[in-house]
Amino acid sequence: MPQMTIVQAVNSAMKNELQRDKRVMVLGEDVGVNGGVFRATDGLQKEFGPERVVDTPLAELGIAATAFGLAVNGMRPIAEIQFSGFMYAPFDQIYSHIARIRTRSRGRFSAPLVIRAPYGAGIRALDLHCESGESIFAHTTGLKVVIPSHPYDAKGLLISAIRDPDPVIFYEPMRTYRLIKEDVPEKEYTVPIGKAEIEQEGSDLTVLSYGAMMKYTKEALQKSKYSAEIIDVRTIVPLDTETIINSVKKTGRCVIVHEAPKTCGFAAEIIARINERCFFSLEAPIARVTGLDTMIPFGKLENHYLPGEKRILKAVEKVMSQ
Amino acid sequence: MVKKVIKNFEIEYLQVLDENGKADEKLMPNLSGKQIKELYGLMVLCRTFDDKGFNMQRQGRIGTFIQFKGQEASQVGSAYALQDSDWMFPMYRSGAALITRKYPIHMLYLYYGGDERGLKTPQNQNNFPICIPVGTHTAHAAGCAWAQKLRKEKNATMVYTGEGGTSKGDFHEGMNFAGVFQVPCIFVVENNLYAISVPRAKQTHAETIAQKAIAYGIRSIQVDGNDIFAVYNAAKEAVDSARAGKGPALIECLTYRRADHSTSDDAKRYRSESELKEWAKKDPIDRLEKYMKSKKLLDDKSKEEIIKKAKETVEKEVEIYENFPAPNPEDIVKYTFSEMTPNLKEQLEEIK
Repeated sequence: MPQMTIVQAVNSAMKNELQRDKRVMVLGEDVGVNGGVFRATDGLQKEFGPERVVDTPLAELGIAATAFGLAVNGMRPIAEIQFSGFMYAPFDQIYSHIARIRTRSRGRFSAPLVIRAPYGAGIRALDLHCESGESIFAHTTGLKVVIPSHPYDAKGLLISAIRDPDPVIFYEPMRTYRLIKEDVPEKEYTVPIGKAEIEQEGSDLTVLSYGAMMKYTKEALQKSKYSAEIIDVRTIVPLDTETIINSVKKTGRCVIVHEAPKTCGFAAEIIARINERCFFSLEAPIARVTGLDTMIPFGKLENHYLPGEKRILKAVEKVMSQ
Repeated sequence: MVKKVIKNFEIEYLQVLDENGKADEKLMPNLSGKQIKELYGLMVLCRTFDDKGFNMQRQGRIGTFIQFKGQEASQVGSAYALQDSDWMFPMYRSGAALITRKYPIHMLYLYYGGDERGLKTPQNQNNFPICIPVGTHTAHAAGCAWAQKLRKEKNATMVYTGEGGTSKGDFHEGMNFAGVFQVPCIFVVENNLYAISVPRAKQTHAETIAQKAIAYGIRSIQVDGNDIFAVYNAAKEAVDSARAGKGPALIECLTYRRADHSTSDDAKRYRSESELKEWAKKDPIDRLEKYMKSKKLLDDKSKEEIIKKAKETVEKEVEIYENFPAPNPEDIVKYTFSEMTPNLKEQLEEIK
């Protein structure tokens, strides 16, 4: 079985789906001849032609809006937004049309499309190249929001997203695009949307994360003396509340790690659900380790912003000491 | 050093039927007497629907209603050039285009009455739900037409917006994509001179809306939007070209909104009585009527019959609307996703 990075797994997923389903197409900036600025679409235009792997004008709104029109009229577009920080120009299209067409047309029309975007900080990139806006999309009803953390899931979840009858925002962890390599089948397979994954069983506390932060959270926990049950949330909408609740009921303690800002960050929603369902199982208040309620600083300061080993271990200690 | 003109552009204007109902026979579209009567009947039906909608809003029988009064020719004439297999993307003032496309009238009232089921396009129709944000759907139409092209269909997509909509970035991006990918999309801009209160001159310093297409390499024309023959001519030509693989087109219909922006607006705050009177004289239905009478396609008796029939049709549709069973609260939740998530199932229980 070949070893793939996340970006290679993403490529492999699109390749499988372009082969399998004639309705599938890829559109975005530089996705064709250049194979994407991160090479996520490398070789796809050569194999499937410029009508199915399309270099579009440099216009994120146009990409999302035409993908919507394509999806409504029978295609299965995969739109790439080059960096998730550029998803706010098409946000109106996503919020006002893509997310709501099924409801507003009472099921007559739908938008089965995927918007892929690399997200997150830690690569010393330019302004708006390091955003984590997942909560904005989670708060936009009608969207599914998927954030894989490692290559196997990246491929299986992307294939599920492409086949999903609803619009999916697919956030790809830019910082770990090439940092993790693992066995990934070349053949198609799916990983279900809406299911969290228990990455490591444990008994002292539950630690939840997703996306790029999973790698750093796991690394930090290796230095902890406690037995942590580590859960990769994977899909924030729909959220696999059950897996989370079962774990917290077992451990009685919980730490949540994400790099998006704290206020209204997705950890807040997870905490609310835990409180609603198993408050009396908790031995200590839940801790959040998140980005700050600030702009993400440029490269020189971004490590101060991002949750790292020190902050994660401190939160674990705090939760365990109560 | 070289300095020279490298390109010249022209904008064509088309009027077939003048304000007195006199047609330029050389420019007349290929329409039979029966078709002309059909167009007239449709415009009368649309006007009847429009007047009734306004009255029902005032009586509290529907919510906010958007009138298109005065724009019947630009909508009926353009939509009439489409086939059922074509797609249409309406805006909130496109009631007449929708009725021409056989959209059930009671569903329009249902929509304005605050019921999403009014947007559930019948399964056999390619009419997209009404777009509320201005101009955002112009780019959807480009995408829809793109799918038609990729599947090598002989169909076209038509989208309606106003001159205000052309100020939006979405319009630019939609036009640009349509031009780049040469998709069979026809952009109908109903330039009715006002975007709520803001006059046309404040939307763009360009002399015409039609010329905006030049920048995208898209064919365009400005037509007298109150002249149904000119509108149909331009639309038919654009649709036929699009079907033949010749790409998109823009049609600027110069027209006038004779009603307020919506039933919540008072246009007297920004438009003069005299302006309204001037445009009343150019009314598209009166104009076609004069033509038809001169051609013996219509007399007072047949006119009365057409009006009576339109009233009966609309009243019947009102009855269907008013007796429509109440919507199910479960519908709020049911269509958020293809399948209800556990979270939504819980929330549904809360409102039961």
